Amino acid sequence: MNFETIIGLEVHVELKTNSKIFSPSPNAFGSEPNANVNPIDLGYPGVLPVLNEEAVNFAMKAAMALNCEVATDTKFDRKNYFYPDNPKAYQISQFDQPIGENGWIEIEVEGKKKRIGITRIHMEEDAGKLTHGDGGYSLVDYNRQGTPLVEIVSEPDLRSPAEAYAYLEKLKNIIQYTGVSDCKMEEGSLRCDANISLRPIGQEEFGTKTELKNLNSFSFVQKGLEFEEKRQQQVLLSGGEILQETRRYDEATKETILMRVKEGSDDYRYFPEPDLVPLYIDEAWKERIRAEIPELPDQRKVRYIQELNLPEYDAMVLTSTIEMSDFFESTIAEGADVKQASNWLMGEVSAYMNKQQVELHDLKLTPEALAKMIKLIEDGTISSKIAKKVFSELVENGGDPAKIVKEKGLVQISDEGQLTEIISGILDENEQSIIDYKNGKDRAIGFLVGQVMKATKGQANPPMVNKILLAEIEKR
Amino acid sequence: MADISKDQVKHVAHLARLAITDEEVEKMTKQLGDIIKYAELLNELDTDNVQPTTHVLDLKNVMRKDEPRKWIEKEDAMKNAPDQQDGQFRVPSILE
Repeated sequence: MNFETIIGLEVHVELKTNSKIFSPSPNAFGSEPNANVNPIDLGYPGVLPVLNEEAVNFAMKAAMALNCEVATDTKFDRKNYFYPDNPKAYQISQFDQPIGENGWIEIEVEGKKKRIGITRIHMEEDAGKLTHGDGGYSLVDYNRQGTPLVEIVSEPDLRSPAEAYAYLEKLKNIIQYTGVSDCKMEEGSLRCDANISLRPIGQEEFGTKTELKNLNSFSFVQKGLEFEEKRQQQVLLSGGEILQETRRYDEATKETILMRVKEGSDDYRYFPEPDLVPLYIDEAWKERIRAEIPELPDQRKVRYIQELNLPEYDAMVLTSTIEMSDFFESTIAEGADVKQASNWLMGEVSAYMNKQQVELHDLKLTPEALAKMIKLIEDGTISSKIAKKVFSELVENGGDPAKIVKEKGLVQISDEGQLTEIISGILDENEQSIIDYKNGKDRAIGFLVGQVMKATKGQANPPMVNKILLAEIEKR
Repeated sequence: MADISKDQVKHVAHLARLAITDEEVEKMTKQLGDIIKYAELLNELDTDNVQPTTHVLDLKNVMRKDEPRKWIEKEDAMKNAPDQQDGQFRVPSILE
């Protein structure tokens, strides 16, 4: 029997407001434990939450960028549960009137474009961070308690772990373009839970799903889903039954492990949060936020193709992160040739980042320096081979390309007299090569060019070397 | 509407992390049943064309500016902690 895989993802994104969603405590990552808490965060009796306007603006921005309809009348609800990460014994969330609904994003897997529905996006507060000790106790840091979150729930439209990966990449990219979150999985500002079920091909009804947690990177999401896809298939083929359960992905064994079997889903006893009044979002407010949404990756990609005449592949790579795209735009704004800037960013710059495992902002290279270097290649001051030396210096230590070229004596030798002199000397020493060339061995010319480059430490202007070399051989 | 059952009472008690005796289950089943019956009097009203009321105050959009403010020091935050370690609250481990 063949099965179809059905995947839906729930993604939590922390909004990078200055203060928390319901209290004025600073919203910051990496502070000393419990430094950013106050009585509201700690759930003291008698305190009242007050909504942070910017958190609403950010949530609206995310909703709009994900093509959601933004609610006009919305409100907050209490989700009740006991767990030490949650000092009030309830989380303020949104239940039946989320801020956004019915959105979508477009993904591309193996050249095929597909639209993935977004069921809803709602606002809520994050919980504290628990560290489990060995001796039967846990330590709690409430700095994260009250950090504004949006939860983004996809439709069960994903049909493979690869599509799930592509969806996450795209979602992260869009959110980063809006500027409402860093989406750093390693810092927990983006977190993902995955639901997966199988059904026999042709069957309408969904099979029983399992939920995967503890997915610490996009690639673990994909690997966890791949494992779970196989596990469910084996269970079903052997006549077994899938139980509705929560499983976690174990990075070491590359397996999913049972955490708990799920009971009913209505145990949270949601009810409207009495401490917060309803939220009414009028058209003027919506329009104000809509006007603040910057150009999103797909729009930029189209512009790069249509207006900058870049190949589709270049446009896709350059817009895959806002950081890369902004760097590229600054480089061409500094006067660099569009295709050259694209080639350097996709080539040397990306290779360096991959090798060193760093991001663009970690490099000493600036768009201005890259543009200047590209201009030095164009005006013939340096060859593209020498440019690689200049690039290494720029990326490691920064600086002004023209100055580096001068100080390190890397200027290309394009002086005809100087080159002729060097070439004559080399021809004098390599008479056999001249004979070989004249006897039809074309390879001999390559050897001679190599000797010239060696003698000039790679600084000779290559087209001129070729030209002069041939002319000088003819004379002999 | 049917009365609340003993099992429902036990379930609700568990969700609220309340340990109740069998006697209390009997008593609460009756009491909660009476409360629900009383609330059901509202069903006599025709609410077909009425939006659900979630708040009784005639207020909306009460919000604050996004300005961080330090309110208490970390030491104050920890003062009421029954147990602590390394500047964090220490609690019994509850593994999901």
